[in-house]
Amino acid sequence: MTLQELTTPHSLTWCPGCGNISIWAAFKNAAMAEGWDSTNTVLVAGIGCHGHIVNFVKITSFQGLHGRALPVACGLKMSKPNLNVFVFTGDGDCFGEGGNHFLHTARRNHNITVILHDNGIYALTSGQTSPVSPHGFKTKSTPQGNPDEPINPLALAITAGATFVARAYTGDIPKLTETMIEANNHQGFSFIDVLQPCVTFNKQFTHQFFQENTYQLDGSYDPTNKMAAYEKAQESGLKQIPLGIFYQVEKPTYESQIPSSMLRAGDKRDLSDLFKSYT
Amino acid sequence: MRKTMPAPVFSIKRVFSLKIGGEAGQGIKSAGLLLAKFATRAGFNIYNYIEYPSLIRGGHTVMQINVSTDVVTGPFLKCDLLIALNQDAIDKHHEELVDGAGILFDADKKYDLSKLGSDVDVFPIPLSKIAKGSGGLELLSNTVALGAVVGLLGGNINGLKTLVNQEFDDKGAEIAQANLESLQAGYDYSVKNFAGKTKAILKEENVLSSAIPQMVINGDEAMALGAISAGLQFASIYPMSPISNILTILAQHQEKFGYVYKQPEDEISAINMAIGASFAGARSMVATSGGGFCLMTEGYGLAGATETPLVIIEGMRGGPATGLPTWNEQGDLRFVLHAHQGEFPKIILAPGDAKEAFDLTMQAFNLAEIYQTPVVVLIDKNICDHDQNFQIFDTSKYQIDRGKVIDDVNPNYCRYKLESDGISPRAFAGSGNFFIANSDEHNENGYSTEDASTRNLQMQKRMTKLQTCAQNHMKGPQLYGPKDADLTLVSWGSNKGPILESLKNFSNVNYLHLTWINPFPARELESILKSSRRLLNIECNYSAQMGGLIKEKTGMEIANNLLKYSGRPFFVEEINQKIESTLKGDPA
Repeated sequence: MTLQELTTPHSLTWCPGCGNISIWAAFKNAAMAEGWDSTNTVLVAGIGCHGHIVNFVKITSFQGLHGRALPVACGLKMSKPNLNVFVFTGDGDCFGEGGNHFLHTARRNHNITVILHDNGIYALTSGQTSPVSPHGFKTKSTPQGNPDEPINPLALAITAGATFVARAYTGDIPKLTETMIEANNHQGFSFIDVLQPCVTFNKQFTHQFFQENTYQLDGSYDPTNKMAAYEKAQESGLKQIPLGIFYQVEKPTYESQIPSSMLRAGDKRDLSDLFKSYT
Repeated sequence: MRKTMPAPVFSIKRVFSLKIGGEAGQGIKSAGLLLAKFATRAGFNIYNYIEYPSLIRGGHTVMQINVSTDVVTGPFLKCDLLIALNQDAIDKHHEELVDGAGILFDADKKYDLSKLGSDVDVFPIPLSKIAKGSGGLELLSNTVALGAVVGLLGGNINGLKTLVNQEFDDKGAEIAQANLESLQAGYDYSVKNFAGKTKAILKEENVLSSAIPQMVINGDEAMALGAISAGLQFASIYPMSPISNILTILAQHQEKFGYVYKQPEDEISAINMAIGASFAGARSMVATSGGGFCLMTEGYGLAGATETPLVIIEGMRGGPATGLPTWNEQGDLRFVLHAHQGEFPKIILAPGDAKEAFDLTMQAFNLAEIYQTPVVVLIDKNICDHDQNFQIFDTSKYQIDRGKVIDDVNPNYCRYKLESDGISPRAFAGSGNFFIANSDEHNENGYSTEDASTRNLQMQKRMTKLQTCAQNHMKGPQLYGPKDADLTLVSWGSNKGPILESLKNFSNVNYLHLTWINPFPARELESILKSSRRLLNIECNYSAQMGGLIKEKTGMEIANNLLKYSGRPFFVEEINQKIESTLKGDPA
């Protein structure tokens, strides 16, 4: 795939400086490096600013309903396990409307990659609080400050049974590209929490904030220890936001448990013997 | 061969109705099914009707096994022989016993029989004592009772023993043996003690011996088998009465016949998974009841907007909310017609019995792919749960039709290309053809757009599919009975059974059976309705939903309605009575 081949005639509809642009760039870099195209890869998106990405990448895609990208991806992957399946979802899409699907998709360990566009706010509906917005966060829907405690996406993914859990941010496109490739190469449910700014509606989590407060996990960190990963996922605060692979473990994927005999063409079946068992 | 219909006698006398009543957990359903299969193998026709509560132990369960030398298609109020496994069964059903009926019960239980009429034959049998003596537990009381019934009704006990041997094959020799001994002991007891009172109901001489083997099958089983036959590749079904048996069958046979069944976390996931699988090219289905379909509503329109083929089985039970989980209602007709915001083409089919359910399920898989849109098979709980005998299903004429699928890779491929029949070429995800299956309004490639003229053209393209379907596939209503009649009954779904049963008693009444709900065969229906002398609309709901639809589509109002929303089906006697009063001119 060349950049030209990945380009669609649709012009970008994100704000200048939006984190989605970095995710888009990183994904195209990864696609070019790995040869992802419409013969081997499918994208599934939910609804929110993130979902527009399907219009800007020339790889076959499904833009479903708000919160429902995951089950579409599961059905797709179970039917065609050889395809690379990427799910693009937002923090509202994934943890608000789609929270139940997230838990169950993770525990079933479907062999797909979920890229969370995590801007901490509902942007397409013009700035309301999201399930990951911090306590006290002021938005159009929480002018007195958010009374809810936020979901911790990484801790939730680890608890729910994801087998590859990483965090990246949109200020480092090469690292994000690399993480996307690693996530796809991982056999199982891969989750990347991508911290991104919303330049229009989120004045707290800006590019500069992420630049100043994130750090990369180094070689001394062991991503195979589940409890340590869960603990690491709790780390936050100024200069204390870790990036990298928090948790990675090998487990049978859902798809590896589907016998090939179950993946048959949609041909007519002869049930005469089964009919006889009803006589 | 089964006998053809004899001279018109009230069908109530031609059908022997046997009831087994007791608690949930006493094995009533399996006993009833054994008896039905046994009778069918002996050359009789059967129709089973079961009432059970939404619990696993306790409560009142009753199964009615209707046996006849003629085809029998519906439940009756009357009872010719009651097998009472507890006092409740006697108290609840003694009024249904007709003159000369019998009641069979455990002689050692101190049941209060004071309510029984003097014309009822009493058959006390020490059921549990015999069961324990046959090496079984008290649990085998119902098996002893079955053997006793065969003795009372002149059947051949060896036939039932052969059947039990086959059915208990996988449960171990000891269990099979205990059951066989219980059967024989019950049979011996009734033959010895009630010699003068036996009836020749199940006597094999009553039917010709060269009977063609018949399936005893209910709607759930028929739809599951129909789906597999039709090339099912993916099913995601969340358990819910009355369609849970579909998933039991699908889960069991997936490796043998080659498809994936997945139990999802909820019905929202179910329908989205099936849409994802269909997007990948799999012939896909979901099944649910009205409550689950509430959750599927958003996915219903998603399939319509993205033009993704999908078969949806909606098994109706009493609503709203949790409603009557194990009872019947036809309350979801308007729901499946109008669910989801906006407008999109949907095909809705409503089978009237298990055989129609089998055929329409198979057809639904083709229609979904031909028209690239959701197809609903709307079915009553009455059909889902109730066994009837049919000739072994014949699928030789069925051909898989996957619609307009392109195999080659085309750089200029348009998933939503404007076509005069409304049907664009379909490519599967992963085929190399680029497209966006887009829930946003989209252009021919699938790119999101809010352009007014593109919106209009795509909307028109999608809705045109319904007209194409009406021209190419829609079937008109089916007319049963004489062409010229004093009274025409109009109905749909499981009401077909008791109506056809009732029709056997009236030479001047016919029945118009509707299976196509959307698109709707308005013109054909209108011409029949216009030439009818008198009309009666029959439905299991409060507001005559089909009557309303007929009025909307044809402008004709059927003023005379027989409606029922108690969760119970129509019984043959109720239809008989309404026909009689309507023919007499009684407006009610």
